[in-house]
Amino acid sequence: MCTGRVDLSFVLRAFSNGADGVFIGGCWLGECHYLTEGNYDALSLMHICKKLLGYIGVEPDRLRLEWLSSSEGIRFADIMNDFSAQIRRLGRLGEGEGLDADVLRLKLEAVTQLIPYVKLVERERLRVPLKSEEEYNTFFASDELTRLFDESVAGKLTISQIMLLLREGPLSTREISEALRLDPAEVSRQLNTSSRQGLVRYDEGLRSYALA
Amino acid sequence: MEKETVKAQSFNIAADDGLGDVMVVGGGISGIQAALDLATAGFKVYLVERAPTIGGKMAQLDKTFPTNDCSMCIESPKFIECDRHPNIEILTYTEVDTVEGEAGNFDVTLTKKPRYVREDVCTGCNTCVEYCPIKVPDRYNQGLSESKAIHIHFSQAVPLVTYVDEEHCLYLKDKKCNICVGVCKNKAIDLHQKPERVKINVGAIVLSPGYEVFDPRLRGDYGYGQIENVVTSLDYERLLCSTGPFEGEALRPSDKKHPKNIAWIHCVGSRQVIPGGNTYCSAVCCSYTQKQVILSKDHDPDVKATVFHNDIRSYGKDFERFYQRAENLPGVRFIRSYVSIGKEIPDTKNVTIRYATNEDGVKEEEFDLVVLSVGMNPPTGAQDIAAKFGVELDSYGFCKTDPFNPILTSRPGVFLSGAFNGPVDIPESVVTASGAGSLTGELLNYRRGKLARDRIYPTERDVEEEEPKVGVFLCHCGANIGRVVDIPDVVDYSLGLENVVHAEEGLFICSTDAAQQISETIREKGLNRVVVAACTPRTHEPLFRDTLREGGLNQYFFDFANIREHCSWVHAREKEEATSKAKDIVRMSVARSALLEPLEEYDLPVNKAALVVGGGVAGMTSALSLANQGFETYLIEKDSDLGGMARRLHYTLEGDDVQAYVADLVRKVYRHPSVHVSTDATITHVAGYVGNFVTTVRAQGRTKDIEHGAAILATGADEYKPTEYLYHEHERVITQLELEERIAGGDESLDDVESLVMIQCVGCRQPDKNYCARVCCGQAVKNSLKLKDANPDMAIYVLFRDMRTYGFAENYYREASTRGVKFIRYEPSDKPVVEAAGDSGQGALSVTAADPILGKRLAIDADMVVLSAAVVPAAGTQEVARQFKVATSPDGFFQEAHVKLRPVDFAAEGVFLCGTAHYPKHLSETISQAYGAAGRAITLLSHDTVTASGSVCEVNEADCVACGACISACTYGAIEWRETPQGRKAHVNPVLCKGDGLCNSKCPTGAIPLKHYTDEEVLCQIDAALPALVPVS
Repeated sequence: MCTGRVDLSFVLRAFSNGADGVFIGGCWLGECHYLTEGNYDALSLMHICKKLLGYIGVEPDRLRLEWLSSSEGIRFADIMNDFSAQIRRLGRLGEGEGLDADVLRLKLEAVTQLIPYVKLVERERLRVPLKSEEEYNTFFASDELTRLFDESVAGKLTISQIMLLLREGPLSTREISEALRLDPAEVSRQLNTSSRQGLVRYDEGLRSYALA
Repeated sequence: MEKETVKAQSFNIAADDGLGDVMVVGGGISGIQAALDLATAGFKVYLVERAPTIGGKMAQLDKTFPTNDCSMCIESPKFIECDRHPNIEILTYTEVDTVEGEAGNFDVTLTKKPRYVREDVCTGCNTCVEYCPIKVPDRYNQGLSESKAIHIHFSQAVPLVTYVDEEHCLYLKDKKCNICVGVCKNKAIDLHQKPERVKINVGAIVLSPGYEVFDPRLRGDYGYGQIENVVTSLDYERLLCSTGPFEGEALRPSDKKHPKNIAWIHCVGSRQVIPGGNTYCSAVCCSYTQKQVILSKDHDPDVKATVFHNDIRSYGKDFERFYQRAENLPGVRFIRSYVSIGKEIPDTKNVTIRYATNEDGVKEEEFDLVVLSVGMNPPTGAQDIAAKFGVELDSYGFCKTDPFNPILTSRPGVFLSGAFNGPVDIPESVVTASGAGSLTGELLNYRRGKLARDRIYPTERDVEEEEPKVGVFLCHCGANIGRVVDIPDVVDYSLGLENVVHAEEGLFICSTDAAQQISETIREKGLNRVVVAACTPRTHEPLFRDTLREGGLNQYFFDFANIREHCSWVHAREKEEATSKAKDIVRMSVARSALLEPLEEYDLPVNKAALVVGGGVAGMTSALSLANQGFETYLIEKDSDLGGMARRLHYTLEGDDVQAYVADLVRKVYRHPSVHVSTDATITHVAGYVGNFVTTVRAQGRTKDIEHGAAILATGADEYKPTEYLYHEHERVITQLELEERIAGGDESLDDVESLVMIQCVGCRQPDKNYCARVCCGQAVKNSLKLKDANPDMAIYVLFRDMRTYGFAENYYREASTRGVKFIRYEPSDKPVVEAAGDSGQGALSVTAADPILGKRLAIDADMVVLSAAVVPAAGTQEVARQFKVATSPDGFFQEAHVKLRPVDFAAEGVFLCGTAHYPKHLSETISQAYGAAGRAITLLSHDTVTASGSVCEVNEADCVACGACISACTYGAIEWRETPQGRKAHVNPVLCKGDGLCNSKCPTGAIPLKHYTDEEVLCQIDAALPALVPVS
């Protein structure tokens, strides 16, 4: 099994189960034991996952990826101690972010539901042509990437969260945006879109949105 | 089908017909490897060992350099492999008496010494050991602790049975006590046992009696045996080891306290021209000392370590970095000085050492413990061995071999493996073992497979309808785990986990006995899942999978919980937390095990042809050995002639004619009907996998596809082209190889040379090439001696950093020195400077260098400057590595699968390596390794099929949306489109799939699971790891 086998769902499941941090260790780039160089895919996954965590208000530094060879026991120990200290500084998951446990769980589930879509986006739009760590890091830190993400993923993620929240019962735009800590204008915009697509309906009497 | 039990296979004189193919004499790591390779290649092997167990010296080591792997942990799986191999009969506690006959037909008489314990009845339960009243020094622990007059040699011993120490047993001495006989429930003890004579006929003999460590007691000049706190390095190895006298507490003998200030003394018994010493260099001590320094610092970060050394000989692969690692640790000093033991301080029992440095002159310093880095001697009774086997010894008392084939003894049909050929490290011992395998195969090819048997397993039980019934087996690993993790507590905890129906603990779950017990428990308790909580799958998973098969279960119902590397070793000081973590790890494994599915492995046909890349000495030797065993071999050479680097070598250090040898080899290659040579050839493409490669070769304008089952990469190395010391700018600055060509050719330019300077380490042992090129010191000595032969008056200066004339080459270094070659050491921070007298690029040169002994700068007028240029990876190495999907080391040489125990295998199956493409090496080392690679390739090629893992990806067609994400992810080309009634779907060729699982994580619909590591299996482990919170979905 290669580091590239690490699935977004693994990372998200760990956070959903209350892990305060997730660590991925992989072979050094260029030292692939297969010839797939799946460690580059792990690098993409790490960047994408951090981006997604950022969108739902979870500290992206709770996820860490490091390259380690089997001979680097001491370095591994140092890294783990450092990561552990860093996670302690960040506090318990959710508490550190000021997110209520239920909301956090909902948000993580919203991301989890989006995994198949994110995989498609990754394949279509987030591939880095050159296999170099620098290229990858530059690309994922670029404004273009942010634009791409805002364009393709952000809206979907908001809708996903709203839909999950509405499972509990009808809510007004304001209630939704407060519960999910999202911008009311954005919530309103996504509700309109979802309404047109027939995902939600507006209940005039309750002055609230409900699942269609 | 009834299971053929391990017991039934074990040696039984009455039932055995005494007919075999090969006898391997000496059951250390080399003998073990030879036995395994030969048995796997279709020969029936008798493995004879005079000690009560196989294992040899390697079993006494704590760790192995330069990776610091646990020595026993990597060796003991091989004990079990030998024990379980249907073609190996192990005869321990057995001596060879006579060897009669000739190659192809040897009659060997053996004496099985009385153990006073019946091997076939003893269960190794140790009850007799508990009751035995007589304490004896434990030889396994170098006499530093005690065992009993009846005991098991060490916990992982094979066979795992006791034996009685004749010298100390009260009954055997005076018929006084037989308490052990009474307490043995199995009636296994027979104090009247007599020696048994056994006669065995074999076609060939592999001699691997190993070595003995130098005994400093004999000369007594370092106080060993008189001063308590002076120990040998082998004693210290036991002290460091968790199965050692103090369970891994490195305590000093006098007061059992942790030494805080330790000194090592190098070259004890080596490089000494004194009576009782050895003149040669023992080749391994520098690196093992560095290992002991590193391990001591691991045990106690505050310990101060001082190494008194002569030259530091870090000539092996990655040894230079290992040396730097040791040297750079805080509190570690490397001091270049001869030393003598001062005195023992009566109160503290501390020991003083007198030494001298250039800066401070003579000093005397006190240490808590002194470790003597003792060298290697010929094995005990070498003369006797030589007489019995009819082989000659060399002047050092080691076995004499053919100068161009270190595996051939003076007696045909008797092959040599391991350290009986001179001081060597473990990888060389393993290489020569595989090489002896290949040479034996050449001799006995006609009878391959005739006596061999296949392993038969019971039919797998169908457990599909059963609820999961998990058995958990927890291992103490001696003290490795048990000292930190509260194993009984984890056993109780395991019993409370869902699906667990059985849990138990053991001291060494991996011992033959315990593993057999597991398969019995599987049957008795109807287990359908097994979790072993012990060490690492890297070394032990194959063993436990095998255990499941013996228990009638599909091997994929096994899961390994690593509570040693992942727990006890990293949390040694937090015992409670470690126990709690061990519970977490076991819980995760148990959860995962419930979801495991039985998987089928694939039998792939093996194409019997081999491809050898590189037509130098390595490639030609491998190719011939393969062809001599009936395998069609394709030899690919990029140049227009065969011979490689050896074409530029003319004589060896020992004075043998290289060109005559190479010419003969080339002739044999061309004449052999089964060797197909392509010169001027390049490989353009490599497809396929183990057993079934297709390599496209372009040669002389034509392109052809070669189908082959195995490949040996022997692409060689290049001489570094110096950019330093006016090379290329001045006609009188040349390299060692150029010098050799001139000497051999009687070049006139040497006639008027009165003064010649050699500079060592040009282009290596520096940050960008951080390795020692191994051969250059020997090369410099060799050429110096040749020059002296022609012109004894020539002034020759060798400017060196450390003279690395390891092994017997040391004597030539000494000879050069006595014949007036001046060796002057320089520091890398103050390299020699070469200047030309004029700017014409001709005429005399001037070399200046600091002389650390005289403490001043020397100016030498030189008529010629010779650079010992490094050996660098051949230009095409990376390309070949890419084509064959094999790894290269940080220095750009090919990377073997394991530096110690798989030195000629690649991690990629079916591909092997040899020669300087692996690392710089001398010609004889290259030849051994070439035979080794051939031997390893034949363990594959001699079979009709090879088994591929069942842990591969598979498409669930109903979920496949034909997006192609998986196909673009798979660089093995294992996934292709297939038309189905439901349209186009992805399809995995399980034989090509390597199980990396990248496609699985790329698939948006989860349609291509990696079997054995499915999303469900991984997610349930995550859920089990963090059970405090209920998962969302």
